[in-house]
Amino acid sequence: MTEVFLDPTAELSPTVKPLLPRLSSLEGKTLGLLDINKPRGNVLLDRLEVLFNSRGVKTKRYKKPTMTRVAPVAVKQQIALECHAVIEALAD
Amino acid sequence: MLVEPVIAELQATGQSIHIWSQDDPGFPASADNVGDDRDLQQSWQLNIETVPTVIRMDNDAESERTVGWDRAEWLRLFDVPSLGASLPDFRPGCGSMSVAPGMPEKLALKYGDIALQSRRIDIGEMEDPMESCFERGWSDGLPVVPPTEIRVVRMLAGTSRDPAEVLGSVPPDLQPCTVEKVAINAVMAGCKPEYLPVVIAAVEACLIDEFCMHGLLATTWFSGPMVIVNGPIAKAIGMNSGANALGQGNRANATIGRALQLVIRNVGGGKPGGVDRSTLGNPGKYTFCFAEDEDHSCWESLAVQRGFSSGQSTVTLFAADGVQGIADQKSRDPESLCRSLAASLLSVGHRKFAMLSDAFIILSPEHQRIFANANWSKQQVLDTLTEFTTRDGRELINGVDGIAEGMPEFLKDMELSKFKPGGLNIVRAGGTAGLFSAIVGGWLASGEFGSSPVSKEIAL
Repeated sequence: MTEVFLDPTAELSPTVKPLLPRLSSLEGKTLGLLDINKPRGNVLLDRLEVLFNSRGVKTKRYKKPTMTRVAPVAVKQQIALECHAVIEALAD
Repeated sequence: MLVEPVIAELQATGQSIHIWSQDDPGFPASADNVGDDRDLQQSWQLNIETVPTVIRMDNDAESERTVGWDRAEWLRLFDVPSLGASLPDFRPGCGSMSVAPGMPEKLALKYGDIALQSRRIDIGEMEDPMESCFERGWSDGLPVVPPTEIRVVRMLAGTSRDPAEVLGSVPPDLQPCTVEKVAINAVMAGCKPEYLPVVIAAVEACLIDEFCMHGLLATTWFSGPMVIVNGPIAKAIGMNSGANALGQGNRANATIGRALQLVIRNVGGGKPGGVDRSTLGNPGKYTFCFAEDEDHSCWESLAVQRGFSSGQSTVTLFAADGVQGIADQKSRDPESLCRSLAASLLSVGHRKFAMLSDAFIILSPEHQRIFANANWSKQQVLDTLTEFTTRDGRELINGVDGIAEGMPEFLKDMELSKFKPGGLNIVRAGGTAGLFSAIVGGWLASGEFGSSPVSKEIAL
């Protein structure tokens, strides 16, 4: 059963949970490339890595132990500490 | 069971009778047309408090009612002389399910004319309600009670004020704050409904211009609002003015101060990293609220000193930093104790500052007793503290004592008291053991330049 809350705020922002601010530029940023451990995700990430690196954008690779579960906290923390944004390769 | 033959007897007379049942429309089996009121809509709309209740309707309007089984009353209403002849004359009946604890608010929400204006936010089935409050940015960092409609309706029962009443515009976003928004944030802070009037008064007080809530929020200094509650309401709602009054463990102290901060955060949009630019903050910015111990004090209370009567309940807000302890276990005369207190008061803000911060002394019972034994008034103590904290400007100017910080050069020929006139206040609180008191220093920007203490009567 869903619950209904009353908005405690001045209602200046949408009710949906806000997204984190988007990057306005990739200059000087580090991107995380997260392989969810599903076949052929690595193909997409390999290609993205080449394309980003050729444009001077640093990348770091990460991998979930299994596609069936959300990323372990340690992996999420590591990405948050080391990267400005992350790209997740979802599927086969 | 008593009622069954009575109903049968009444239906046999052919009178126009409509029966509603709160729990079993199949009972009594002998009766026709028992209405199903298991959802309690009829009971709520007819304001039923006792079952059975008999209401006479004339032209669709109630003309009279009786509650319970009072044979004489029923005879008068129905005019059936033999009615319930074998029954006792009187049975009081039972409480209606529509007035069971918690039920009236549910029914009011479902069938009443409660018109809460706030936006509804659907929380997904897979979402944890507590976590979703964090994720939406509504929390001060500690868990909040999810603000469901029913909790907010129950909270609003704590005040007679209209939920739609606007208390003012809350900084920094200067958004209108209704009683309803205060109630929502009071729910989240963990308040009981009977605390709501205190929270409302605290919000009203912080919106008084002299308090300068916007600047207080925005400053890089430590301060946040400290709430001191005076008057009968403090005891009525169980506030702590005794041992550990400034500490944890009392729900009213903890949640009233927190609710005020949540209103600033959620309605005003004032958040750390946003308009709140405090360099370090202080733990009191989660909550800082206590009651003055008026019953055992030898002096007039803070509220009386500020022009209220002892029968009025008030909040007083001060732009407060944290708590600085003072120990003096050896002074037994008021002058020595004043010198002790003065020595510590000089350190508020910076030892070489004068006329900048205001301060409160939270005087413990054992320290106050020294003044009481000598028959010193509060004003006498304040005057003496002013005398003992007044220094030669030459000691305080920039560079003196090898310390670059200090007062400007042009003040060197003046006698400078540490606090502006009226800038030092004393309230009594604390446990009966301990020759310790507390200094609560304030924002460097005090008085007209920044914030002055403000008081507001608590309206129930």
